[in-house]
Amino acid sequence: MKERLSREVMAMRAAKELFDGAVVNLGIGIPTLVSSFVPEGIEVIYHSENGMLGFGPVVTADESAEKADIDLVNAGGQYVTPLPGMCFFHHADSFLMIRGGHVDITMLGVIEVSEKGDLANWMFPGRGVGNIGGGMDLAFNAQKVICLTEHTVKDGRPKIVKKCSIPLTAPECVDMIITDIAVIEVTKKGMVLKEIAPDWTPEEVQALTEPKLIIDPGLKIFEL
Amino acid sequence: MAVNKILKSFDEAVADIPDSATILIGNFAGPGGTPYYLIQALRKKGSKNLTIVANTAGGIGLTLDYDDHRILFENKQVKKVIATFPFSTSASRPSTAEKQILAKEVELELVPQGTLAERIRCGAAGVPAFYTPTGYGTVIAEGKEMKEFDGKPCIMERAIKADYALVRAYKADAKGNLVFRGTMRQFNPIMAMNARITIAEVDEVVEAGEIDPEAVVVPGIFVNRIVKVQEPLPFPRHPDRNFWVK
Repeated sequence: MKERLSREVMAMRAAKELFDGAVVNLGIGIPTLVSSFVPEGIEVIYHSENGMLGFGPVVTADESAEKADIDLVNAGGQYVTPLPGMCFFHHADSFLMIRGGHVDITMLGVIEVSEKGDLANWMFPGRGVGNIGGGMDLAFNAQKVICLTEHTVKDGRPKIVKKCSIPLTAPECVDMIITDIAVIEVTKKGMVLKEIAPDWTPEEVQALTEPKLIIDPGLKIFEL
Repeated sequence: MAVNKILKSFDEAVADIPDSATILIGNFAGPGGTPYYLIQALRKKGSKNLTIVANTAGGIGLTLDYDDHRILFENKQVKKVIATFPFSTSASRPSTAEKQILAKEVELELVPQGTLAERIRCGAAGVPAFYTPTGYGTVIAEGKEMKEFDGKPCIMERAIKADYALVRAYKADAKGNLVFRGTMRQFNPIMAMNARITIAEVDEVVEAGEIDPEAVVVPGIFVNRIVKVQEPLPFPRHPDRNFWVK
């Protein structure tokens, strides 16, 4: 078995997509890690569904007694720290920002993503139930949707499929997929393989991906 | 006579909530911004067949260890819940509401969060329905009118109008003007503006004039009853500290 990239390395790669002044909403899971790897000189403004912009890092367990405050939590229910210039607003304004296209980038987790960029990530696999939360509004309306996910499920089945087998979060919404072995762009022509993990070949990535990948002429090793 | 909306007890504040009422409850990913004592009082009051509109159906995540609106489900007071995040993320720790939904004892209307917020806002604003792209081409669109605007397919969503709102705020004055603290704001302002009767649970009550008019988030005309919390919840909180850091 070839080595796959860690969640941290995936987050580092995703952080390269951030730009100065970007309004960013990070979903639960690997996306949350991205905030630890923001490139130097770039300031992003984090948006949280519960009505907060411009907040600081998550409070660590060590800091908890001193810094945790139930009136300062992110959408995942984690305590976060305040930053100068942050602001609060109500839920309708928060989703005005999302629906109105004022969120530049959202990074979301994946259960399945299809060739056309259909995303399915709200229904728990095998449980037949799920939570939609704010993810559906983000997937439909953020300017750029980046998915962060392991390339396959634990038993090796592809998560990047021809057609999603579970209820969709949003059709044709995904712009880019960053996995533990590849970076793929979703285009009108199809899925373009842009980067691969060290020691992996495009054929090996293709073997773990249902749709046919278009190999980018400028295919690179993961750029960090 | 000067308007005074301050009541002494939570029980008194919910005493007229009848069976079959539709109730908005401020709630997000934790105890901040949830009207804990009003929920307790509503359980004691025992009104049945309620329709609850809230982000979660209670009893999940950070809220696992305290009595949020989960207790209304436990007490079998709920007929229907309109929510965005009703299920526990842990299959091994299902919430009470989740078990009742799966057993078909409680009806669930699952709604995307932005759509829920806008349905509540529209109900407050007298707008009966609106179009949104969110949900088009998914299970959310089933049975809904579809229309294309500027090449973008959208679905029609109806406003929600509630009988009561139970909200949590930081400070109220005697006129009912409300201000919030941090992320406790979430759904509370739009819920307060929606319901026929809005009841606010607050940390502080001040005289009219003590809240800067420029800082008022919910104008007092929307708030009917106010009750002050006597004993804060046992969760980390630093109300004397600003969120401002130098």
